[in-house]
Amino acid sequence: MGFISIVTIFVLAIFVGFEVITKVPPILHTPLMSGSNAISGITLIGALVAVSSGNSLLTTILGTAAVVFATINVVGGFVVTHRMLRKFRKG
Amino acid sequence: MSSEIWVNAAYLVAASLFIFGLKGLSHPRSAVRGNLMGALGMFIAIAVTLVDQQVLNWTYIVAGIAVGSVVGAVLALRIQMTAMPQLVGLFNGFGGAASILVAGAVLIQLFGLVAGSGPAGAAGELQVTIATVASGLVGAVTFFGSLIAFGKLQGIVTEKPVRYTGEQVVKSVLLLASIAVGVLIVLDPAQTLYYWILVAIASVLGIFLVLPIGGADMPIVIALLNSYSGIAAAATGFVLSNTVLIIAGSLVGASGIILTRIMCRAMNRSLANVLFGGVGAVVEESDQGDIYSGRVKRTSAEEVAMIMKSARRVVFVPGYGMAVARAQTPVRLLTEQLERDGVEVEFGIHPVAGRMPGHMNVLLAEENISYDKLREMDQINPTFRNTDVVVVLGANDVVNPVARESSGSPISGMPILNVDEAKTVVVIKRSLSPGFAGIANPLFAADNTLMLFGDGKAVMEELVAAYKDA
Repeated sequence: MGFISIVTIFVLAIFVGFEVITKVPPILHTPLMSGSNAISGITLIGALVAVSSGNSLLTTILGTAAVVFATINVVGGFVVTHRMLRKFRKG
Repeated sequence: MSSEIWVNAAYLVAASLFIFGLKGLSHPRSAVRGNLMGALGMFIAIAVTLVDQQVLNWTYIVAGIAVGSVVGAVLALRIQMTAMPQLVGLFNGFGGAASILVAGAVLIQLFGLVAGSGPAGAAGELQVTIATVASGLVGAVTFFGSLIAFGKLQGIVTEKPVRYTGEQVVKSVLLLASIAVGVLIVLDPAQTLYYWILVAIASVLGIFLVLPIGGADMPIVIALLNSYSGIAAAATGFVLSNTVLIIAGSLVGASGIILTRIMCRAMNRSLANVLFGGVGAVVEESDQGDIYSGRVKRTSAEEVAMIMKSARRVVFVPGYGMAVARAQTPVRLLTEQLERDGVEVEFGIHPVAGRMPGHMNVLLAEENISYDKLREMDQINPTFRNTDVVVVLGANDVVNPVARESSGSPISGMPILNVDEAKTVVVIKRSLSPGFAGIANPLFAADNTLMLFGDGKAVMEELVAAYKDA
């Protein structure tokens, strides 16, 4: 993919991010942080590519360590967000 | 049809699910579903990647995912809600660490292990090398900055701002050094050792950036590191030319920046001031005795209970002190008793109360306090005039009337909760010691203020008992 198309996606995604996130009310700011944090664990995709295309022991080790870190980020982030959000009830 | 199209289509679905998921967070009603949509998006992205790659190293991948899932789930399920800021800080850091490692692995794969053996940096590779430098730099600052933030919140590292002469010089030198090494990498990516030198320098930079920042500024730091973890992920997306990484990373980057901005505004400070300035470092207070002497009225749980008995509207204003004392359970018990007697109870929550954005809301929600009673500053401020009793629990600077004065104080101009407009203000606090800003609080000496000294939880429990007997 060309560099400019990638930058286009990047810039448009930032605009979408600003639009969507501005509407999140302050009471949900903590779950927003932990939930968006889980989404930033998307680096896991990169880690999986790094491990599976790895052609040396070093890259495999680096990739596997990245898989561990990113998975903690993803699983931990979504689980803790779920735990928090379930508490928000209208009495 | 080639598999690339299917993979990219699946990534598009995943990215859309992330956006719908974040959109779901615009209301507590739809938030749980939103989070699940985000998780589904992540699952699709992972599954498609695994199917698409001709994976040879299944053992490593399965082992890595298994270990990560167990650690992540255990941390997420066992953490106490009061410790949420440090957990989110830690997760931010892990995202940063993953970005460093992925970019490093890609660099080694592309340009060879031995210096000089890889292909020379052609024009098309510029994107990869620059993005790799960005991943390594931002990832390392995120990882080590988050570890320090975690340490501060957990009490391992001092919460006080660590300031020293030449601090700005040290930070500038570290930043310039990492950029210089970054340029070397772009010029000669075959020297993969440079990458690890960059990561090392950026790691030290991350430590030095967060170390001087004090405890009450943590909401800003955590939000900023949240943004960095997204930016690092987006940079890794540029390394791999992977759209879903770029989109998800930018969403998170934008989210963190918005939260950072909201937090800064709520303290009436610029981001530069938080990162490089020094509130709470050396503020000379004239003489605290002058403000307080002979004017502070001490009260008892019994007296407060009596006042509450005749109240029609009570507002609680919680601060970080409530979280430290774990006083939220007696707060809920008292709320229930008051409501049973027909008293209207609401909570006034300052944007920077606690150690991360929204911290107080999570603690109160865990106690099953209905979310429509949790009021933002702008909603609650006009109501203080019609409030009989305000209970300030473990908050200080965010209710300090000095902030309304135009100048002359470190917190001048900071928007505050105007609790002093209420008929009676009860301040529950251990002592008259100043808050993070290091300045005296005239609220404590106001005519309509009663001080109830003691540990937040113990005092609240006394109050619950006294109200029951009253």
